[in-house]
Amino acid sequence: MSYVKPVFSHPDLPANKVGYRKRDYEGAISTLCAGCGHDSISGAIVQACYELSIEPHRLAKLSGIGCSSKTPTYFLSNSHGFNTVHGRMPSVATGATMANKDLLYLGVSGDGDSASIGMGQFVHVIRRNLNMVYIVMNNGCYGLTKGQDSATADFGSISKGGSQNHFQPIDLVGMALELRASFVARSFSGDKKQLVPLIKLALSHPGFAFIDVLSPCVTFNNNVGSTKSYEFIRDHLEYPAPADYVPKAKEITVDYAAGTGTLVTLHDGSTLRLDKLAGDHDPSDHLNALRRHHEAVANGEILTGLLYMNKESETLHQLFNTVEVPLNSLRETELMPGTAALEKINQLFR
Amino acid sequence: MSDANSRVNDFVIRFANVNGTGSASANGLFAKAIYRMGIPVTPKNIFPSNIQGLPTWYEVRVSEKGYLGRSGIVDFVVAVNPQSLEEDIASVRPGGYFLYDSSKPLHKEMMRGDIHFLGIPMMTLAMKNFTQPREQQLLKNIVYVGALAALLDMDMDVLRGIVAQTFKSKEKLIGPNNLALSIGFNYAKENFKCPLEIRVETRDLIGDRILMEGNLASALGAIYGGASVMAWYPITPSTSVASAFEKYCKRLRKDPDSNQNRYAVIQAEDELAAIGMVIGASWNGARAFTATSGPGVSLMSEFIGLAYFAELPAVIVNVQRGGPSTGMPTRTQQADLISSAYASHGDTKHIMLIPSTPTECFEMTAQALDLADRFQTVVFVMSDLDLGMNDHLTPPLQWDDDRRYDRGKVLSAEDLENMEKFGRYLDVDGDGIPYRTLPGTHPTKGSFFTRGTSRDEYARYTEKGDAYVRNVDRLTKKWQTAKEWVPKPEFFGEGNRHSLGLIFYGTTYYAALEAMDLLTEQEMGLDAMSLKSFPFPEEVQSFIEQHEEVFVIEQNRDAQMRTLLINELQINPAKLIPILHYDGMPITATDICAKIMAHLSVNALRNDAL
Repeated sequence: MSYVKPVFSHPDLPANKVGYRKRDYEGAISTLCAGCGHDSISGAIVQACYELSIEPHRLAKLSGIGCSSKTPTYFLSNSHGFNTVHGRMPSVATGATMANKDLLYLGVSGDGDSASIGMGQFVHVIRRNLNMVYIVMNNGCYGLTKGQDSATADFGSISKGGSQNHFQPIDLVGMALELRASFVARSFSGDKKQLVPLIKLALSHPGFAFIDVLSPCVTFNNNVGSTKSYEFIRDHLEYPAPADYVPKAKEITVDYAAGTGTLVTLHDGSTLRLDKLAGDHDPSDHLNALRRHHEAVANGEILTGLLYMNKESETLHQLFNTVEVPLNSLRETELMPGTAALEKINQLFR
Repeated sequence: MSDANSRVNDFVIRFANVNGTGSASANGLFAKAIYRMGIPVTPKNIFPSNIQGLPTWYEVRVSEKGYLGRSGIVDFVVAVNPQSLEEDIASVRPGGYFLYDSSKPLHKEMMRGDIHFLGIPMMTLAMKNFTQPREQQLLKNIVYVGALAALLDMDMDVLRGIVAQTFKSKEKLIGPNNLALSIGFNYAKENFKCPLEIRVETRDLIGDRILMEGNLASALGAIYGGASVMAWYPITPSTSVASAFEKYCKRLRKDPDSNQNRYAVIQAEDELAAIGMVIGASWNGARAFTATSGPGVSLMSEFIGLAYFAELPAVIVNVQRGGPSTGMPTRTQQADLISSAYASHGDTKHIMLIPSTPTECFEMTAQALDLADRFQTVVFVMSDLDLGMNDHLTPPLQWDDDRRYDRGKVLSAEDLENMEKFGRYLDVDGDGIPYRTLPGTHPTKGSFFTRGTSRDEYARYTEKGDAYVRNVDRLTKKWQTAKEWVPKPEFFGEGNRHSLGLIFYGTTYYAALEAMDLLTEQEMGLDAMSLKSFPFPEEVQSFIEQHEEVFVIEQNRDAQMRTLLINELQINPAKLIPILHYDGMPITATDICAKIMAHLSVNALRNDAL
């Protein structure tokens, strides 16, 4: 069945800097299960884009296949979307980015989509430092095919049917850090206060920004004994570095007292402020990020927040030294070398 | 043994080398010299799946009549590979010549009484005249080219001219190469009666044709055709398409002011990613293509189905090799027709353009980019190893500077502003081709969700049967429209006046045209048609209808083109006689003639018996 969302919204809701209301960033009504963590993430994406005053059509959203990959329908309906094939969203995003460097690219994937069928593309898109945000909605199971364990299911985690997982999990965060992704963060779908600033920060990061978001599957993986349930995650969260993102324009009021944290200036002139609660966590320290993450894993804790960011990394376009304008804007005069050049080539083969 | 078989400008010479010993440049020098002497020539590399050490051959056909297919008969062997001596001696036709490195004597039991043995101590001569071991090995090859110049009466000035041109930027190599040529030349003059009965004479038969390989031509076609994104994964025999694209983009596609690139070449992690990147780039409005071979197409199949169903342009240059599986990776076949034509699950079909010459590789790759945009679908350029990796005598590449790219039905912000309602999959014009929009075009209009799942005319997800049927029937209509846009077949002979017809395509063209001459000499009347595309234009059906019996000549075991003809045009299978060749070596005219004659004589016997 299809759902129609009411178009009514309160006339007093404020518009952002580019004249759009929050409503303009929403999508069709979700067909996921009530209470699904993914819907909260969709909400956080809407909020982040609204707050950042992104023109919806200047962002392209891409996904693979699975419950998570259905969500782009549920946010940013004024943006072009591409629901690709299972596990292969990174390659489509790579081509899209190559064609037009001027749009923002938001990829949404799941743990099956990224950690199993799409593992190859996931690691290679990290290597290329593609300028995109890559969100994994991580619930440790295959929802759309009714709850099979996924590769991120923790060792010993108990499924709804009562069976125990005997395989070691694939740790996407650890892997992204190991591969030197230029931005690695982790969050929880139930913590919008942390997630929204992280998405905003990721969207402003020039390079590959990975956010692993634990997102419980209320239908198949929210039982006692599961390590991806709401209850288990809440009990094991650890916050190293609550962050807020302050755009250059300083439109958004931050409710932290000034001067209490570390300010990090980003590429585009905006700033990231790390709360003093962060203690000694410096997100530019790669070795420390790896150590903190592995320590948390060893202790059975889930370390969330911005773990690592290399704000000086070169994006794929910079590495390829492509022209300043998008490749898709080039016309015959720029693409076609002409008959004189061709005659010279013919001459080389005579 | 006699030399009564005097052959001027009509012979095949085969070089037997060891892979990785620098023989390619010496052999190329030989072939180029024949070309510059104005004589039609076809060189073919017969190489192993190996970098160094295994036997490799280079076969050059010299043909005054201009036959550019493989002959299958070897008149002359130059043997510098001890590993393959026995095989090489056996390959020479009776009365032919065997030139070998006599630095070490041949085993007596290897000798044949019915061929001429010409021993030249190539390695000894090279060691005597050059000091560095690598230099000795490389120049040993030039020594035999010099000897051939004397034996075959080649123009030494032409050879020296090519040496000078080749080493223009490494001038100190010119002297040693010329010395090696002279050493070989003088040795042959002093020790053999030169020239031999087999020899060359200068002619003026080349015209303005060039000697180029198909993969380079495809790469240039992509550059001229406006591809700005190329994604690929290394696979023989397609790799040189990607390397040539990059090499020539560096020369032709730089912004002159900033020196920045107007292209991006991505070496993907596998073929799945390569086609994914192509589709992503096309979705976003850049012209994009990939080059691969059969195994790559197998891996790309899921994405190919997505591009077909979601209606996205994608160009795939399929340089076919021997299959199935890893098959014969360094041998040629035309065995990917069905797997490309119907690639992917569900009801799918894809446009294929089938070049026979490097010039057509150039034109068709450029045209494929237009057709992919026009039809918002996958277009294959069906090359093969023989065409892609061997030099072919071919008309010069030509381009019209006034030519504009056909970007197909893409709506601008203004178009969207002026229209009532945009339906991504709506057949507005009745040709089955809908309009599309690119991401970022308009703030509030024209956005939609591209997906591989079924959808209605407005790109809304649906599993309703009637909407699905409307959509896939529209795709069939689009397919019908494509028949009028793809390249037409080429006809040979005096029109459709005979009862027998020949159909061929791709590189089979060369041997088939020669076969037609041979059959005509035997007073057999034939008409011929070279296929250039799939879907089949109307002319294909009429040609078949106008002939009683049609031979379909191709280089695969299962008569794949014949299957496509039967399947798509509802031809009576009995009417289409398969003439097949699939040992991995290019097909020959003699093979075609023998198979056609065998079929006709069996039929004649059958008729007599009735």
